[in-house]
Amino acid sequence: MSAPLRTAPNRTAAAPLPLHAVEAAVRRRRRPRGWAWVAPALLLLGVFVYLPLLQNLQYSVMKWDIYAGGSTFVGLANYEKLVDDPVFWRALFNNSAYAAVSLVCQVFGALLLAALVEGLRSERWRRALRAIYFVPSAISLTVAGLLFYFVYEPELGILNALLRGVGLDTLTQAWLGQEGTAIWAVIAMSQWQGFGYSTLLFAIAIQRIPQDLFDAASLDGVGPIRRFFQVTVPLTREMTGLMIIVTLSGAFQVFNEVMVMTSGGPNNSSQVLVTWLYRMGFGRNDFGYAAAIATVIFVLTLGIALLQLAITRKRRVEW
Amino acid sequence: MVTRTGVLGVIVRTFVASFLLALAVVVIYPLLWMVLNGFKTNSELFGNPFALPLQVTWENYAKAWNRGVSSYLMTSILVTVTSTIATVFISAWAAYGLTRLQIPFSRTVLALILGGLMLAPAVALIPLVRMFQALGLYNTFWALLILYVAFRIPFTTFLIRAYMVDLPVEIDEAAAVDGAGKARAFWSIVLPMCRPILVSSVILNILFTWNEYLFAMVFTSGGDLQTLPIGLTNLMSKHGTEYPVVFAGMTIAAVPVILLFFLTQKYFVKGLADGVGK
Repeated sequence: MSAPLRTAPNRTAAAPLPLHAVEAAVRRRRRPRGWAWVAPALLLLGVFVYLPLLQNLQYSVMKWDIYAGGSTFVGLANYEKLVDDPVFWRALFNNSAYAAVSLVCQVFGALLLAALVEGLRSERWRRALRAIYFVPSAISLTVAGLLFYFVYEPELGILNALLRGVGLDTLTQAWLGQEGTAIWAVIAMSQWQGFGYSTLLFAIAIQRIPQDLFDAASLDGVGPIRRFFQVTVPLTREMTGLMIIVTLSGAFQVFNEVMVMTSGGPNNSSQVLVTWLYRMGFGRNDFGYAAAIATVIFVLTLGIALLQLAITRKRRVEW
Repeated sequence: MVTRTGVLGVIVRTFVASFLLALAVVVIYPLLWMVLNGFKTNSELFGNPFALPLQVTWENYAKAWNRGVSSYLMTSILVTVTSTIATVFISAWAAYGLTRLQIPFSRTVLALILGGLMLAPAVALIPLVRMFQALGLYNTFWALLILYVAFRIPFTTFLIRAYMVDLPVEIDEAAAVDGAGKARAFWSIVLPMCRPILVSSVILNILFTWNEYLFAMVFTSGGDLQTLPIGLTNLMSKHGTEYPVVFAGMTIAAVPVILLFFLTQKYFVKGLADGVGK
């Protein structure tokens, strides 16, 4: 900003510099310093997150020759192969099933559960239940997966033992060893592991609702069920939206528990996108094909994230 | 929430309480079963699964410990401590720069750093493997350290930045008047004031690193350096018939994080709450 009127009149050499010159000098001095603060983060992200992401797109249009060590451009051939791959579609279905079940249990179920817990009169019980439900989320998916591998084990597992105990011997089966039940058994374990995390977050969201809103609804003679739908649900909408995104995005990145419990078997029936990517990339060394699967994961997860951005932006405008 | 009086109210409340308790049992029992199985012999394990162990012996725990769990535990501790410290410091630096200094294209910089929140690590996996092979860092401790830090910066910066934005800038300016440089103001004034969010960030990062599987599996599978999650799956495949040893190993892996959670519950919940927006 140096409008003619604001420039300082001519000064003698001994006079101090005009103010705007000082400011400009300070800004110039400050600028590289500012960069220095964010440089480490930007550098790490640039080299190890963004660059590989771009490279992945490049890889996905290549065919790798492991023995000769080179690669040739093949256009969309990897993607064409993907469309004709029944296991890819099976994996996509399994991820979608994961997403659907997790939405029901870990978002809507967890919201209802949190409301029930927060509705208890005893603070001590509220705290204890929140903590107990959360414990499976603190242990790793590896431990949880291995544990449920044994829970589902036909001979020594407690699931079949429980069924036998209540006289339902006909229902006992090799849960992880059959094509029809393997992925569902893994999904069930995942709900056990993850519901406490979202319940805890919803409990926090419910605690933030001003108590007088509940009190006012009670005075108006609104029952607990209607209060849940008229007060709790609308006032935790932001958390619900966020949990939907986190849950959906997570469902398409599942890897750990499937790997530990079934490795994608039996007969590829419990493959998910990331386990299939892993198998193609490190089992068959078909990097181009694995990169094409990765691109599908990229598009899905980014799409989900952008959808969230769009929705929150729109809502901000409404308010 | 249920404030109705009368018989119906009592019935409903009892039903809700029973349901919540039953759910707690469903959560706790498998974990209890895991701990108890670590004390059983193999023949006991294949007996009545609901039976208690006949004697409390630490034999299985000792076996698990000597067959690799001790070194898996050390690796996990090393990777977790170093990557958590590095992540939190680099993120706090970035948050300070973003909230307190003038950076050209600051909006773009912010978008780049927080944009990392939307990216799935699996997507970068194949190029990363080739990159680390080329750098000669494949199957080394450095691979995990670099990856954990790089992929955790977005979330951690997001947390700390949200907290720093709310701290009045006048405090730093007062420090600047006193002649303290930016770095001094950061170390001795802003960082101590951010303690609550730093503690939350540390806890969340410990939890993530301790349990991470995909990178750990791909980048350390060939070496002798393995974190607990990978080590446990090895224990399982190597000692497939001695299940009680595997249960003991699982318990050793699970106990530290469960303890951490219960000891730091207050900060933990606060961190989660801050992490998902106020």
